[in-house]
Formats: sequence, C-alpha cells, structure tokens
Amino acid sequence: MTLASDRILRLLLPAIFLALSVIAWDLVVRVFDLPPYLLPGPGLVARTLVEDWGVLSAALVVTLVTTLQAFLLAAIGGVLLAILFNQSRLLEYSLYPHAVILQVTPIVAIAPLLLIYLPQQAAVLACAWIVAFFPVLANTTLGLNSVDHNLADLFRLYRATRMQVLLRLKLPAALPHILAGLRIAGGLALIGAVVAELSAGSAGAGSGLAYRIAESGYRLHIPRMFAALLLLSLTGIVIYFVLALVTHLTLRRWHESAARREA
Amino acid sequence: MAYTDPMSGPAVSDTQPIVSLRNVGKTFDSGTVALAGLDLDVRSGEFVALLGPSGCGKSTALRLIAGLSEPSSGVVETASVRDDIGFVFQEPTLMPWATVAGNISLPLELRGVPARDAATRVAAAIERVGLRSFADAHPRQLSGGMRMRASIARALVTEPKLLLMDEPFAALDEITRFKLNDDLLALWQSLRTTIVFVTHSVFESVYLAQRIVVMTPRPGLVARELTIDASHPRDARFRTSPDYAALCRATSEALHAAIGEGGA
Repeated sequence: MTLASDRILRLLLPAIFLALSVIAWDLVVRVFDLPPYLLPGPGLVARTLVEDWGVLSAALVVTLVTTLQAFLLAAIGGVLLAILFNQSRLLEYSLYPHAVILQVTPIVAIAPLLLIYLPQQAAVLACAWIVAFFPVLANTTLGLNSVDHNLADLFRLYRATRMQVLLRLKLPAALPHILAGLRIAGGLALIGAVVAELSAGSAGAGSGLAYRIAESGYRLHIPRMFAALLLLSLTGIVIYFVLALVTHLTLRRWHESAARREA
Repeated sequence: MAYTDPMSGPAVSDTQPIVSLRNVGKTFDSGTVALAGLDLDVRSGEFVALLGPSGCGKSTALRLIAGLSEPSSGVVETASVRDDIGFVFQEPTLMPWATVAGNISLPLELRGVPARDAATRVAAAIERVGLRSFADAHPRQLSGGMRMRASIARALVTEPKLLLMDEPFAALDEITRFKLNDDLLALWQSLRTTIVFVTHSVFESVYLAQRIVVMTPRPGLVARELTIDASHPRDARFRTSPDYAALCRATSEALHAAIGEGGA
C-alpha cells in the first residue's frame, strides 16, 4: 500500500507541478499581453509544433541519428579503450592523460576546427563522440579496476587465462559502472550533437534541431524556437529513461542499486 | 592430550607430506615481517587447524600454500597437489552477478570441463551443502550461512586433494557456525580431503581439527603443535563433554604461552 501510494505520488507530483507551471506561463502571457516575439504562450508553441511538424520532424531525425551514432561509437570506443588500458599499463599511461585533455577542452572551442578539417556530418559526429565517450571510458576503467581481490585470487588459483579473467570476472564486475557511464554518455551525446550543429549552423550549413533553433532565432520566429527546444528536451528525457530501463533490467537480479528490498 | 609427534594423529597416513613448508619467511613490500622461519607439514587426509591471534601470519601461510603468494625465503613444497587445491575465503567471495549454480560451476568452467559433466558435478556439490532449492538464486538473496555453503560447494566441486580455509565461519552467528562445523566434518569424512583451516577460535580448532598448529605473531612462526586425539565423528555431545573442555583449556594455555613468548 505504502509502496503503491509512494509510486503514485512520485508520478503525480511532478505532473501536477508541470501542469501548474504551464498554466502560470499561459497566465503571464495573457495578463501582461506579451507579444509572441518576446514570449509565446504554451498554446502557440503547441500550434507551431503541429504546423511546422514537417520541418521540425525532419530536423529531429537528423539530430537523433547523430546522437545515436555518437552514443554507439562512444559506448564501443569507451569500453574498448578501457579494456585496452586495463590490459596494458604502458598504453594507459601513454594515452589516458590525452583522453582527459580532450575531455576538459571545451567542445565549443574544438568544433569550429573540426568543421574545417572534416566533412560537416563527420565533424558533428566527432564533436558528439568526443563529449560522450569520456564518461564511458572513465567509468569502465574504474569498474575494471574495482574487482574483488579475493575473486581475482580465486581466478588465479584455478589458473584462469587473461581472456577468462576479462570476460568472466572484470567485465561483469564492471557492468554497473559501464551502465552508469552509458547513462551519462546518452545525455552528453545529445549535448555534443547540439553544440556541433550550432557551430556548423553558424558556418552556414546543417539541418538538425539545434540548427533550426539558431535559424528561427535569426528570423525572430520565437514560437518555433520553443517548439524545437521542446523536442530536444523530450529527446533527452526519452534517452534518459531508455538507458535507465536498460540498466534496471540488466542489474535487477544482482546489483544493490537496482534490486528492490523487501522491508 | 600431549605435545606429541604431529604425525601420530588418527586417520593420517604415513606417506610423504603433501604440503611442506621449510624455514619459510615472508616480508611484505611495506617492511612488515609476516612470517619468519615457519616449518609446517601437512599429510594426506589430515585436518589441521592453524590457530593464532590476528597478525600471526596464518592467512599468509595459507596463501603461500595456495600459491597465491611467493615466500621471501625458504621453501614451500606442494608439488603433488599444486593444481588440486580448493580455497574458501573469510568472505563468501561469490560473483554477485551469477546464480548459486553459476558460482559453483566456475572452477569447472575455468578448467574447461564439458558442460554436461560440469552440470552433474555442480548438482552434486549443491546437494552436498544442502542448497538444492537455491541453485538458481543470486547470492544477495541468500543468508550469510547459505552464502558460505555455496562458497564451500564451489571449493569442493573439483574434489580437491587439499582444501584451504581462511577463517571461513568467523563472520557467522554461533548457531550457523556450529551447524557448518558439523557439516564440514561430515564432508571431510566422506570426501577424505585434506583440510588446512585457519582460525583464531580455540573452541573451533579443538572441535574440528586432528592437529592444531599454534602460531605466534611478529614474526609469525609455529610455537606449538597439539594433537587432538578425540575420535571422529564429533558432535554436539563432544562439544559439551568434559574432554572437550579440557582440550580447550590446554589449547588456550598453549596459545597464551605462545603469545607471551611472542611478546604481544
């Protein structure tokens, strides 16, 4: 009973807060009679979303494809690089600091350079990848290094090969960390894609959602800016929930973070 | 009970020792001297307890026997059982992502035992420790005692010649510990495996072992060897008998004498 009511509260309260915010937004626009180029009301934004769906949905697909590609490359690249680092200390010492440098250098500053040297689509993808891969790398590295010492001894006792240790011990042990890295990477892949599109857009090309936002801004088409922003936000939410669901389904049988305790 | 020749215990064959430590020293990189001049023989079929306070190097000795650590000096001879050792840690040390059956089959899988053969042996091992209805459970669903049973089943699934146990029951409550002590003795009697059991409990060592090796700390070495010549099987009646109490008192005195000599 308490569990069920707690669940309902956790769904209901944010929904109520959202509804109140939208009503307040609508009231502010009506009461102060704000023109749409300053602040469009929620009704107008919704109407624009429907009316401009052709343009916006095409842009959404472009941004989604970039985000998904960057996310997959970040997941594969981050995990593989972490495995390589774990297997070869020399490689880790040589390359890890540079991965950190790549991470701490603001992507907005790197993007224009990438756009000069790479075809536009590749540059956008590279930007999103650079932003997204580091949390996967860092988390997987942490996970691979946090194997229970006694379990590692047990594998040694039975003369396990390096491959057996990696596949049967290190990777399963690292799985919760890898999934945590992927959850962060999902959001960052979208951010990277948006940043890259904005940079590319200001260079006069691009067709993703972020480009549409910039373009609508130049034209003072504020309602469409809001509509595109809404789509970006929804995309981020969907990515977050999909990855949270994957994490839950993968870990619920054995990991404390996902398993439900019976009181 | 007496300070007898360690080879005269019951059920101990007169063959060459399967484990032989000679003048073994172990100094860690930190400079800590864990062992110095340790001599120890273990014969096939024996149940030996290494008894001593924490820091006396008994766990280190166990790791040396297992080959998980190299001695700084001296000789550790385990050639005849080198690839035939089971190890039970103080923690159950199960893989949380695998089921009980998956955990127990690990040693067989690592050795490339065919799946069908492995499944039969895993089922037998699970049966042996009384976990049949929990074969598909994950470790987090089990109690501490059941986890330790799974850990013991894993160590026994290869039917090792030598079973090394590092304070396996120290974290369990007394009722569970007594039950597991009895189960361990039954397994030892039916499997005829050799057991080296590390403990800091006088009572546990007297209850389980045929021979108790009392160790002193800083640096770790053997102070006394006691033969517990009470016959097996031992049970709750033995645990409450005057004999048991007398053996515990004598062992306790030997332990305190050893600690006194060690200067702790």
